[in-house]
Amino acid sequence: MATRIAPSLPARLSSRRAWTTAGLLIPAYGWLTLAVFLPLGAMLFFSFLKAAPFGDRPLVFTFDQYLAFFRRPYLFDVAWRSIELGLWTTGLCALIGLPAALALARATRGRARQVLFLLIILPFWTNGLVRIFSWTIVLREGGVLDQALHLVLPSAPGLSLLYSYPAIVIGLVHAYLPYMILTCYLSVAAIEDSVVEAARSLGARTPAIFWKIILPLSLPGLVSGAILIFVPVIGSFMEPRILGGRIGVTMGTVIEDQFTQAFNWPLGAALSFIMLAVVLLIFGLTSRILPGRVASF
Amino acid sequence: MVLVGRSWLLAVVAFLYLPIAVMIAMAFNASSLYALPIKPSLQWFVALAGDAPLLTATRNSLAIALFTSIVATLVGTLASIALSRQAFRGRSLLKALLLPPIAIPWLITGTAMLVFFFWTGIGRGLHAMMIGHVALAIPYVVLVVGTGMEAVRVDLEEAAMSLGSTPVHAFVAVTMPLLAPSIVAAGLFAFAVSLDQFVVSYFLSTPGVSTLPVEIYSSIRKGFTPEINAISAIFFGVSTLLVLLFAQLSNLGGNRGRR
Repeated sequence: MATRIAPSLPARLSSRRAWTTAGLLIPAYGWLTLAVFLPLGAMLFFSFLKAAPFGDRPLVFTFDQYLAFFRRPYLFDVAWRSIELGLWTTGLCALIGLPAALALARATRGRARQVLFLLIILPFWTNGLVRIFSWTIVLREGGVLDQALHLVLPSAPGLSLLYSYPAIVIGLVHAYLPYMILTCYLSVAAIEDSVVEAARSLGARTPAIFWKIILPLSLPGLVSGAILIFVPVIGSFMEPRILGGRIGVTMGTVIEDQFTQAFNWPLGAALSFIMLAVVLLIFGLTSRILPGRVASF
Repeated sequence: MVLVGRSWLLAVVAFLYLPIAVMIAMAFNASSLYALPIKPSLQWFVALAGDAPLLTATRNSLAIALFTSIVATLVGTLASIALSRQAFRGRSLLKALLLPPIAIPWLITGTAMLVFFFWTGIGRGLHAMMIGHVALAIPYVVLVVGTGMEAVRVDLEEAAMSLGSTPVHAFVAVTMPLLAPSIVAAGLFAFAVSLDQFVVSYFLSTPGVSTLPVEIYSSIRKGFTPEINAISAIFFGVSTLLVLLFAQLSNLGGNRGRR
């Protein structure tokens, strides 16, 4: 742009370079535009329509879909339940995952640590659906858990946890726990032994060391783990459906219904964007707490 | 303290593997009601061989995963070269644009694809799932190859250029061979992402054309049969192999020190 008159050699080189850069980038970003960004735009457009413009139905713009959320109290309940599910899952993952990460970093070494590390991340690369299905065999009435309980206590009543709220939480914790262990491990492993030793030589006891040193220093790991878990959990629909049965109504299942059962695409689109707004809000809030973390992900 | 920590770790690993172990064990159990004790049998694997819809769905899954792996690796590697080797305006914006496909819940991405593809006439089916899966895999490829690129020293390439080779030749002859393990790892990663993908496939599938996870989902909702266990056990084995290969190639958790 700058050297319109008599382009010098470096300018010509840099313009060739710009073309190369563009050529390298266009396939990937073109694909993402076609398959992610344009669809999200289309969905935003749909969320302001009265009805999906198929056949010869006219385009009628309205805010009704968004207002529907505020007009129907049950949707508020459903949204709150989804958030609650997210909080339970994230909280339990933190309670189980941080000690596990600490143990991995401080109580194991060498080959054993590598093997444990691999064992922990392995299930999370296997199909999520298959893992949720596995839980149905364990938790259902007369399932493996009940049968095992009967072997120990023959007179105990069956637990039959399947199709209950705890079943959904168990399945989700199982699905997302590896994220928390991984992110916490990255923080915990960076804590230098000398810091802990210094505190100990100055007379700090183990609880004080945990609260004053370990916990504050593992906060970045806890927060990034919490984001990685909370966001997909509030959007989950397969886990609540399979493990919760009739009681597994979440924002995710309501949105899925709009697209597969009710065919009310504009309402589904509006609900999706309300959920997306919540997700963006969470990213926005946490990127303040964690400067550079989310951006460098 | 060390003992408490180790027992906690073992308990966590047991929790992670308990349902998977049960699922695999029940694939080899003759009882169709998952009754204990286990009577060993291969009948569910035999039944699988005659289940045409499941076999078709498996073929679809593999075809989509292969396509995704090849295309996403090619396209993603090209982008990764530009993003990590060249300085230009808007680079950080482009890097940030890789996040939405990873960070937005798949439910939203999947339904958005359904709306857009249906509206524009692209429609649903195999081709739609391929377009969707490639888009989901591209950001991962860029990240994996980008990380690999950081470990390959720029000055080697510069040395080659100062000795008279062109930038392209320097890249192909010097950087490419060093980068090859990362590219293969990214390809495996993309394959695994596609093979495991359920949500997006679910919205883009049609009653006749589905993938293995979608087929498993509808079988679970229809009722339980150990046939699902058999196919799930095979599926689990394949995914595990892929991850182990990926770990080996990308040197996960190890330190052979390529730098």
